[in-house]
Amino acid sequence: MGAEPLEFEGRETDPVSAERVLGLKCRLCGKQYPKEALNFCTDDFGPLEVAYDYEAIARTFSREAVATRPQTMWRYWDLLPIDGEPTVGRHVGRTPLIRADRLAKALGVGELYIKNDAVNHPSLSFKDRVVAVALSKAVEFGFQTVGCASTGNLAGSVAANAAAAGLDAYVLIPDGLEQGKVLGAMIHGARVVAIEGNYDHVNRLCSQIAFRFGWGFVNVNLRPFYAEGSKSMGFEIAEDLGWRVPDHVVAPMAGGSLIGKIHKAFKELEILGALENPVKTRLHGAQATGCNPISATVKSGASKVKPVKNPNTIAKSLAIGDPADGYFASQLIRDTGGWSDDVDDDSIIDAMRLLAETEGIWAETAGGVTLAVTRKLIEDGRIDRDESIVVCIAGNGLKTQEPLLERMARPTVIKPSLEAFEALLERDAAPALATV
Amino acid sequence: MPVVRIPTPLRPHAGGVDKLDLAGSTVKELFDRLGEAHPALRERLFDGEELRRFVNVYVNDEDIRYLEDLETPVAPGDEVSIIPAVAGG
Repeated sequence: MGAEPLEFEGRETDPVSAERVLGLKCRLCGKQYPKEALNFCTDDFGPLEVAYDYEAIARTFSREAVATRPQTMWRYWDLLPIDGEPTVGRHVGRTPLIRADRLAKALGVGELYIKNDAVNHPSLSFKDRVVAVALSKAVEFGFQTVGCASTGNLAGSVAANAAAAGLDAYVLIPDGLEQGKVLGAMIHGARVVAIEGNYDHVNRLCSQIAFRFGWGFVNVNLRPFYAEGSKSMGFEIAEDLGWRVPDHVVAPMAGGSLIGKIHKAFKELEILGALENPVKTRLHGAQATGCNPISATVKSGASKVKPVKNPNTIAKSLAIGDPADGYFASQLIRDTGGWSDDVDDDSIIDAMRLLAETEGIWAETAGGVTLAVTRKLIEDGRIDRDESIVVCIAGNGLKTQEPLLERMARPTVIKPSLEAFEALLERDAAPALATV
Repeated sequence: MPVVRIPTPLRPHAGGVDKLDLAGSTVKELFDRLGEAHPALRERLFDGEELRRFVNVYVNDEDIRYLEDLETPVAPGDEVSIIPAVAGG
């Protein structure tokens, strides 16, 4: 499937989903396509996006209906692009939205929340959301072999969810990823292939593989469906705020898709009349200085995103030099009155520690990026200290230990005696003499 | 001659083939030749004289944006790939 997508033009749409999922639509020219494994418009190469009939969705979607549904991302099934019941990733999502008062105090703001996808099921990142949709769709399309191009989190998620679904998975990653991410994919039996080069090299190869072999690559030919899964993060944020949207959202940006889908989620809830307040949320995007194609575009006011040839940052999950949605992300940030900035490696580590020490949340390096940029935006006056802020943490610190091992002290080692412990306490009581 | 690889979904506009041998000493010249043989394909790749926003072109393993864009030189045996930019992330 997917090898000859033009053959599907004019195909009858599925009678069940025809009610709410109309098909695919080019974001540039508006050309419509049936539901098929295709990510770009064959007229102008524009991105394809799922098109919905919101009047049909309004017949099943309501706050009251959602309240009766399972505590997973599928409680918003009406707004996700699969035809039947989800078959993959049925337990994904509904991660905590945490009122982070200790962190708020440290940053000097009044109302701050952490959306904590570091504890998403099963692979500890927001990628479980997109993979749940993509692989459920892959099953509907009849794919047996699936795959992805990944900076790490997607690798683990595709591998885990494919294993649970009995699908064969090819996971392509850049050589040199963190060990936790590589093992996190291999443990599930996926065929993990490390490519000599950076993520953009991996991505290009996957674009060639997906169509050549007719496989379901979640972020290539299944990408229109895959990307929609990120909306569930936005739905959850709004529901957990009492069906309100915040004044500010700060999201990490790699390919640049997540930030747009959170905004789309808010707008869809608004269309459906499910919100208490209008969507005036400012979307802010966070990148690492060592790979900042989108933040550089926002800051310079350029209309084209200039790719970064050689990304160099400890935030490897954000190291995409040529972001597919960079153009749309930069447009969205400008249109919503948000901003984008980037931070260096030391700031990333500092922010990871701040989050861990104030809220007990161990985020991956990308989480450090998001929080460090949030702090910068607050200090620069781009986020008002009295307004509500949601910081999106997309991955877990257990998977990116290497940069911390290089920078953090080792535990103090003592003899197993009361005297040794008392001596330790004495040293702790005299900070000037304390050693680690 | 350099070889231009055609993405699968666009092959119907290139006579069904997966690659074309084309004469030219720059990427631009190759695409000019391609346009003469398959005007519908060129129309999909270009907006006027510029490559469309979501079209990436590689000479061998290098993105032409890191080289000399459409003026990037090509030699016999070089492989030019047209890759949709909307992937990944």
